[in-house]
Amino acid sequence: MAKPVEVTDANFDEEVLKAETPVLVDFWAPWCGPCRMVAPVVEQLAEEYDGRVKFLKLNTDDNVNTAAKYGIRSIPTLLMFKGGEPVDQIIGFRPKGDLKKTVDKALA
Amino acid sequence: MARLDYEIVIIGGGPAGLAAGLYAARARRKTALVEKGVIGGQIALTELVENYPGIPSVNGFDLAETMLKQAESYGTETRYEEVASVEREGKTWVVRTPEDELVAKAVIITAGADYNKLGVPGEELLTGRGVSYCATCDAAFFKDQHVVVVGGGDAAMDEGLFTTRHVGKVTVVHRRDTLRASAILQERAFANPKMEFIWNTVVEEILGEKEVTGVRLRNVETGKESTLDVGAVFVFIGQHPNTDFLKGLVEMDKGGHILVNEWMETGLPGLYAAGDARQNSARQVVSSAGDGATAAIAAEHYIAANFAAEE
Repeated sequence: MAKPVEVTDANFDEEVLKAETPVLVDFWAPWCGPCRMVAPVVEQLAEEYDGRVKFLKLNTDDNVNTAAKYGIRSIPTLLMFKGGEPVDQIIGFRPKGDLKKTVDKALA
Repeated sequence: MARLDYEIVIIGGGPAGLAAGLYAARARRKTALVEKGVIGGQIALTELVENYPGIPSVNGFDLAETMLKQAESYGTETRYEEVASVEREGKTWVVRTPEDELVAKAVIITAGADYNKLGVPGEELLTGRGVSYCATCDAAFFKDQHVVVVGGGDAAMDEGLFTTRHVGKVTVVHRRDTLRASAILQERAFANPKMEFIWNTVVEEILGEKEVTGVRLRNVETGKESTLDVGAVFVFIGQHPNTDFLKGLVEMDKGGHILVNEWMETGLPGLYAAGDARQNSARQVVSSAGDGATAAIAAEHYIAANFAAEE
């Protein structure tokens, strides 16, 4: 699984909360410019951490329940999940190095 | 740490940097464009650009992306890194980032400006939880709610008008009794039934624990305080140039804007500044792009005159 896969309200529990590895979820929407900048960086990370961390993306327009549940009020937001709990977040566009630090912290 | 050789290094990927990249690459100079965040800079967060001649109306991010592709099509390389310092080394400049050293014959500073924060209690804590500096990114999360827009310039009106598409009501809080925004945006704002205005008033505190629940306001004339229950606060109160990393190297005004002449020359050999990072920028996409083109042409002349023997 090299590319981030779309997750929805329907399979969020299964894909994220019950996952065995840490999961990074990219909350985005098609109309959000900075989200389009984050996407390729997350794709690169998905390649680099293949097998160790799961990378998913959630469209906040189509999946309002999950976005509301985690209090998403700004996108792009990246939420890092570990053992079914959100453990870290990045709001807004950040350079790849910052994202890697967040992922590494979850792996440590 | 990699040491990489270029002819022209451009710091900042807003309209000024993208135009400079286009001109530098078309002059067949090996060019790198270094961007720390999002390509387009401030316009990446702008819903509509309607004043770039020749393009009646375009989404800001789309315009930036088009400019980037155009510059890259002629050979400009884009690097996503944050510049830590710029130093003179013999006849060349060294642009340092955490990962690399970029060596250049000429450097064009198009680092632009960042939005100002209010600097009031609650702002930091609630950023991303109702405090926002990008209405086009976040307005949709406040469907039918009452929100506040702080500021009276073009950005405040543009983003405020955009916000009315999603929210129930927009209250503009402005510290003066008139707007600074261009006349056409003022007309649209005053005509919009979802927008209302509170004049001569500043935000003293953003209220809420896990998310924004309101703002505490103070009238600057009477000193009278009041609170307003709102779900979000969008802040558009001007900007400051991103030139801290150049302090001590080039001459700046008190606000941190770099001083240049009409060729965008800083006075140091091969060092240029263009767009919002320079003093007296008109702060428009078109003027910044013009600045960037001017700087690239000046840099090209400088390289041709000073490095000719090596070519």
